Amino acid sequence: MTQRTRTLSRHVFLAVVIAMTALVNSAHAELLIRITEGADSAIPIAVVPFSESGTMPAGDKVSRIVQDDLTMSGEFRPLPPEKMLSLPSRREDVYFRDWRMLGQRYVLVGELKRSADRVSARYELFDVNRQERILGETASASVNSLRTLGHHISDKVYEAITGVKGAFSTRLAYITRDTFKGKPRYRLQVSDVDGKRARIRLESQEPILSPAWSPDGKKLAYVSFETGKPVIFVHELATGKRTKVADFPGLNSAPAWSDDGRSLLMTLSKDGNAEIYRMDLASGKLTKLTDHWAIDTEAVYDHTGQGIFFTSDRSGGPQIYHMDSLDAEPRRITFGSRYNARPRPDNEGRFVYYVHQRNSAFHIARTNLKTGEETILTRTSSDESPSISPNGRMLIYATKQGDNSVLTVISADGGAAYSLPASEGDVREPAWGPIVN
Amino acid sequence: MNLSTQTKALALLLSVGLFAGCSTTGETMDEGGAGTGSDVSAIDQEGGSTVYGGGDEGGVSSSGLTDEEKQAAEEQAKQAALREITTFYFDFDTSEIKPEAREVLVAHAKYLASHPQQDVRLEGHADERGTKEYNLALGERRANAVKRFLIVNGASRGQIETVSYGEEKPAVMGSNESAWAQNRRVELVFK
Repeated sequence: MTQRTRTLSRHVFLAVVIAMTALVNSAHAELLIRITEGADSAIPIAVVPFSESGTMPAGDKVSRIVQDDLTMSGEFRPLPPEKMLSLPSRREDVYFRDWRMLGQRYVLVGELKRSADRVSARYELFDVNRQERILGETASASVNSLRTLGHHISDKVYEAITGVKGAFSTRLAYITRDTFKGKPRYRLQVSDVDGKRARIRLESQEPILSPAWSPDGKKLAYVSFETGKPVIFVHELATGKRTKVADFPGLNSAPAWSDDGRSLLMTLSKDGNAEIYRMDLASGKLTKLTDHWAIDTEAVYDHTGQGIFFTSDRSGGPQIYHMDSLDAEPRRITFGSRYNARPRPDNEGRFVYYVHQRNSAFHIARTNLKTGEETILTRTSSDESPSISPNGRMLIYATKQGDNSVLTVISADGGAAYSLPASEGDVREPAWGPIVN
Repeated sequence: MNLSTQTKALALLLSVGLFAGCSTTGETMDEGGAGTGSDVSAIDQEGGSTVYGGGDEGGVSSSGLTDEEKQAAEEQAKQAALREITTFYFDFDTSEIKPEAREVLVAHAKYLASHPQQDVRLEGHADERGTKEYNLALGERRANAVKRFLIVNGASRGQIETVSYGEEKPAVMGSNESAWAQNRRVELVFK
């Protein structure tokens, strides 16, 4: 680890960078995850390759998916399988002394069985020091959905050890931009949170912006310029059905869902200036929440679901403001520099994350809402679009690499970044989906 | 006299940078066969009106015009030349119209006022720095600033449409001060 990492935070883990690969003519261009920084304080865990009975499909092994998920979280340091002294798949074959000798705190073992078109996994997690089983479960999935099975096991393991729900089964929405036949091509894509199983949901020659997940994970709201101007659409993922929800003169942008999924916050400038509104989706009824000559935009609900954070330049430059309720007086949150924008609060009311300009660079920073203390989380310098994992433990954002935009994942309490090979085209505007049961 | 010398002479005479117009002008002169020099016409690209400039040393052409007419023609040519400029630049995170843009925008406003059938779209842009949504609002504010200026100077509200692209459509690729400066802009698009 570098010295900087040690000084930055006790909890610096790793950065996982997701770069879009240039798969020409592929409808399923996937993001590549590259782990760029290791972890000092990560928990050592042995994910033993699962035994298999019956034919398994080609592709990543379930235990490999679990190993990669846990690595990506930054909170675990899985033992490479080649260093294991044995490959048990049941409790009776687990020799705790061996694992202790290897410095492991946890051991995950399991077996996979195929029957017809389903695969079932029986797996167990052990605490090496206490020599106890702390998790045992059977789960199954269709033979084509082994990634779903892997992410499910990762979630369970993560929760059993940390006490916090895992977010590996969640999804990511993002926008890619490249050039096709001499014209810009924007694509709204949805993938697993590790960048795999990406699917294109919308393609346009005009910009697509600001994807936002509905609380049930079934819909995305976003801004599309397909009609020549910014218009807000709601898109049902299962059916592909799209509804134009806001197409007023001027801006229709920055959609954000309410907790009940029945209304959207949005920025409209139909009366001449960018203001924040709440729209009831069933009736289309609008409530104006700000009324100021300044730019007011990028609104999002706080953890209570009653108040909102938003960006306003009413003090001269963009700063983060909070309203305790929709008719409360806005209170300024950020003071650390001239430019702070696009707030994203955690689910517990502890922190708000945002884009922060320091000198000439743009970083992701967060402010502790109780103490007002501000911490800069990233070292990269053109950072945008922070999005918090639904369990509050990880942060994904877009940054520049050369002339391209790439996505980077860091732990939410401090992070390092990056350095990855050049990719073709941009990937930007990540939105981390909710945990859906 | 070769083409470029003629062009220079013409530019000098008109004492304004009639450059975009000059490409048309130059061709006309070339085809017309040099020798004496002759009336030149600069076709105004937007309005399609014809503007006559003064003659060169040959001095054949302007004989039919009175001094007042000449002055008016020169003023018209100057206005048309100003209107060749359709992109206006801004400082970071501001929407203030720069002093050097005012004369040009006044020329556009006058033109719109005298051509009520002419519509214009103002496309506001921001550089890539900062957040996309804030930049979308900033691009709109820049377009609105230009819109207000045009209206104050005679254009009518109904002729003007605004759209913001935020940071989505840079004029110049790259992440440096020069690219950013060229991307913080409002473009006038005449329809």
